[in-house]
Amino acid sequence: MAETRSVAEPYRDARQQRDAAMLGMYVFLGSEIMLFGGLFAVAAVMRLLHPAEVVEASKALHVWIGAVNTAVLLTSSLFVALAVDCAKGGRRRGTGAWLFSAASLGAVFLAIKVYEYSLEHAEGLLPGLGAPLKVSTPVQRAFMDLYLVATGLHALHLLIGILLLLVIAIRAASGRLLLPERAIVPVTAGLYWHLVDVIWVFLYPILYLAR
Amino acid sequence: MQKTVSFVFVWFALVLLLAATVTASFMLKGPAGLAVSLGIAFGKSGLIYWHYMHLNEEEGLQRIAALGAGAWLLILFAFVCADYLTR
Repeated sequence: MAETRSVAEPYRDARQQRDAAMLGMYVFLGSEIMLFGGLFAVAAVMRLLHPAEVVEASKALHVWIGAVNTAVLLTSSLFVALAVDCAKGGRRRGTGAWLFSAASLGAVFLAIKVYEYSLEHAEGLLPGLGAPLKVSTPVQRAFMDLYLVATGLHALHLLIGILLLLVIAIRAASGRLLLPERAIVPVTAGLYWHLVDVIWVFLYPILYLAR
Repeated sequence: MQKTVSFVFVWFALVLLLAATVTASFMLKGPAGLAVSLGIAFGKSGLIYWHYMHLNEEEGLQRIAALGAGAWLLILFAFVCADYLTR
C-alpha cells in the first residue's frame, strides 16, 4: 500500500515513477559529464601540443596526496552504496549513518585538497592568489591554470554533494524521509556522488600521472 | 547481505586499480603510460557505473541515458585528435 500512496501524477505506477527519476538523474549527470568533458578536451590538446612540458608540469604535483584523496573518494562511494542498500531495505539508522560517514570522507577529501593547495601556493605553483609564480614555462602556467580550474570545479561539486548527503542523512535518520518508499531520494543523490567520484578517477591520472 | 559483500569486493578492486595506476606511472612513459592510465580509469568508472550507479539493475533506456554523454564526448575527442594529430 505504501508504494501506491507514494505514486504522484502523471505516473502509472511506482516502477514507472522510479524509472523516470533514474532517467532524469542520468541525463542531468550527462550535462555534468559534458561540462567536465570540455576541461578534459583542454588537457588533451595541451598534451598533444606540448607532451614534454605537460609531463614536467605534472611531475611538480603531489602524486601521493592525490592518491590518498582518490582512495578517500573511492571509500566514500562504497559508503554511499551501502547507505542506498540500507535505504532500500528500510533501515533508517543504517542509511543515516552510512550517508553521514560518506559526507565526512568528502570533508576529509576537501581538507586534504586545501592542504595540498597551500603546499602548492608555498611552492609558487598555484595561480590566482597574487604571489609571484615560480613556473618554468608558459605551458606549465597553462597546466596549473587548468589544474586549479578543474580541481576547484570538482571541489565545488563535492561540497554540494556533502551538503546533499548530510540533509538526506538527517532526514533519513529522523524518519522524515519515508524508507523504503522514498529510497529514490538517496539513490539519485548517490548517483550524483558516484559521478563526482568518477570525474576524479579521470582527473587524477590526467593531471597527476602524466609521464 | 549479498549486496554488501559485492559492494566491498568492488571497492577492493577499485583500490587495487588505483595502486596499479600509480605503479604504472613510475614504470611507463609517453603514449603507453597514457593508454594504461586511461584504460585503468575507464575500468574503474565501469565498475562504479555498473555496480554503484545501478546500471546492472537498469534497462536499455536508462543505460543509454547514462552512457550517452560519454559517447558524445568520444566524438568530441575523435575530432580534436583528428585535428591536432594531422597538423
